[in-house]
Amino acid sequence: MEKQFPITKWVDENGNITGEDYKEMVTEELARTFYQHMIRIRTFDKKGISLQRQGRIGTYAPYEGQEASQVGSALALETEDWLFPSYRDHGAAMTFGHSLKNILLFWNGRNEGCIPPEGKNIFPPGIPIATQLPHAVGAAFAEKRKGTKNTAIVYFGDGATSEGDFHEGLNLASVFEAPVVFFNQNNRYAISVPMEKQMKTKTIAQKALAYDIPGVRIDGNDVFAVYFETLKAMDRARAGEGPTLIEAVTWRYGAHTTADDPTKYRDQMESERKRNETDPVLRVERLLKNNGWFDEAWAERMQKQAAEEVDAAVAEMESFPPADPADIFDHVFAEPTWQLQQQKQEYFQAKKGVPVWNQQQQ
Amino acid sequence: MESTTAVKKKTMTLVQAITDGMRTMLAEDENVLVLGEDVGKNGGVFRATDHLQEEFGEGRVMDTPLSEAGFIGAAIGMAVNGLRPVAEIQFLGFIYPAYEQIMTHASRLRSRTMGHFTVPIVIRAPYGAGVRAPEIHSDSTEAIFTHMPGLKVVCPASPVDAKGLLIAAIEDPDPVLFLEPMRCYRSSREEVPVGKYTVEIGKANKLQEGNDVSIITWGAMVPVASQAVKEMEAKGVSCELIDLRTLYPIDRDTIAASVQKTGRTVIVHEAHGTGGVGNDVLAIVNDTSFLYQKAPVERVTGFDSPVPFFGFEDEYLPTPARVKHAIEKVIKF
Ligand SMILES: Cc1ncc(C[n+]2csc(CCOP(=O)(O)OP(=O)(O)O)c2C)c(N)n1
Repeated sequence: MEKQFPITKWVDENGNITGEDYKEMVTEELARTFYQHMIRIRTFDKKGISLQRQGRIGTYAPYEGQEASQVGSALALETEDWLFPSYRDHGAAMTFGHSLKNILLFWNGRNEGCIPPEGKNIFPPGIPIATQLPHAVGAAFAEKRKGTKNTAIVYFGDGATSEGDFHEGLNLASVFEAPVVFFNQNNRYAISVPMEKQMKTKTIAQKALAYDIPGVRIDGNDVFAVYFETLKAMDRARAGEGPTLIEAVTWRYGAHTTADDPTKYRDQMESERKRNETDPVLRVERLLKNNGWFDEAWAERMQKQAAEEVDAAVAEMESFPPADPADIFDHVFAEPTWQLQQQKQEYFQAKKGVPVWNQQQQ
Repeated sequence: MESTTAVKKKTMTLVQAITDGMRTMLAEDENVLVLGEDVGKNGGVFRATDHLQEEFGEGRVMDTPLSEAGFIGAAIGMAVNGLRPVAEIQFLGFIYPAYEQIMTHASRLRSRTMGHFTVPIVIRAPYGAGVRAPEIHSDSTEAIFTHMPGLKVVCPASPVDAKGLLIAAIEDPDPVLFLEPMRCYRSSREEVPVGKYTVEIGKANKLQEGNDVSIITWGAMVPVASQAVKEMEAKGVSCELIDLRTLYPIDRDTIAASVQKTGRTVIVHEAHGTGGVGNDVLAIVNDTSFLYQKAPVERVTGFDSPVPFFGFEDEYLPTPARVKHAIEKVIKF
């Protein structure tokens, strides 16, 4: 099956274009765009970890190492498409246009963080593993019914493929011919459980066979392969040819979340080795250099710009008004039920030190 | 019943009224669509969607794969993206694969996103014992769902209510679990208004006025309680019979007014006693009317056993005799 589903690579670890066919498509402009976006989301990610360490946000799920997968796929979307991220895909979400401030608010325990900017179809992060796959199928189905060319992309990890919702999602999409792209980031670990203990199959792409949909396996650290293969899948979806499963083979350098210690279950030297050899950002840097496109001053400017943007978002997050406890009660239903109204009233009275007897006849 | 412009009526069973409710809404709003297992050509295992696919086409009345988590999840995505899906679960006992989708998404997406994304879906499910169905086909686990914040739970007992509540559920901006007492699907007929009308979610129905004792029940237990009430009336006990119709949010005011008047309360439900919705009714009696009570509240419920194989279901299900016994107990206290 690994032979049947080979890993597609457009640009190799040394920054060399792997085939004549790709030469025309791998342009300086794209390389710079990808580089800039990857620097941006990596800067954010590093900041996320440090904010958590300083107690300025809650538990944080880092994606460092997976930037090519997230940037390449998100840049392949059209403005009105739908994006269904998991908790590790805010790199993709921000590349697609989510607000950095809101993403930080999410990690700081605020519901406002689940709200995308106006006009952006970005779902809140899927927390129960794989549950977002059927949602994407439904949203994509609705686009098809409306007669638009819009599609949905849904992100999930290797562990997610063991859940029922993965299989139900793929099957439904296949039966409904829904315009959806299932974007798997195979970072080879589900918290501590390695891929070999998660499944007997050597690839995730091959699972597409069971649903009679295309399965594509790509180097998830090669942003060009990610971008162009996602684009192809999107084009198929827009043309009414149904869903695609993409397996982007990648690696997370760090912990599963800031609450996790990866040294308990793997040798972190592997991550160090990969940082030097297969890093997605370094690869584009090498490509730029190999072609004489690299400009040190420009790269520094990109770094600085990213840092400034992230710092500004942190400042916005930290000066955001405190949470209003009324929000606990006010958004459960369109109209709060009497139970919620009563509980809200009792809560606020108790807070004011007013005894709460005899509330039932409010 | 409100907003009745329709005066014409037609005799219908409860299940026919449900079909008529779906037909009315499919015709009224092109975003409404019906989906589920066997709902198309077959018209559903109980024929609740009979002929709807013929009338509205496969794009509006869709057979789905056997995939409760999948199609409820997809219905959530559809609802967020402008459609109004009405999903059928064949039997409440088969809703559990979709539990996660309902609990972690349908019911809380509005809250998570402070109203940015909402999930106006209806999940219809026949529930309850008493039709000699195979095992697992007779569950009455409404309390699992009333416990989910963000979900409304509706349970009609008559054809008129079934149609009106279903239309209200489809128009509701929030997710609604619509429980259909399969034992009542064809057990009686009633004149049902033709066309569109709604019955308000959250409002109970006082089926009978009385002064001595309040009987509070819903769904398939309404006819059972009603039988007991008839027999007690013959013995000179004046019973007030209340059909809750909505299990979340429960109609507190109707309960309070009744139990304050009678001072005696009997709650009847077929679900397991522990953690049952009856306990929420009891809490309302306690919170609103404790000092009016002349006797401890009695509950007549199913047992804390799995709903038994149908060989025993008549033992498990509350009967008029058990309800009568409870009424006598609160009267004699
Ligand atoms: C249904 C469910 N079970 C367990 C968890 C706890 N959990 C959170 S992340 C995770 C591992 C997921 O691994 P994978 O799908 O490979 O994605 P990754 O974290 O590597 O991006 C687990 C078990 C959960 N969130 N949801």
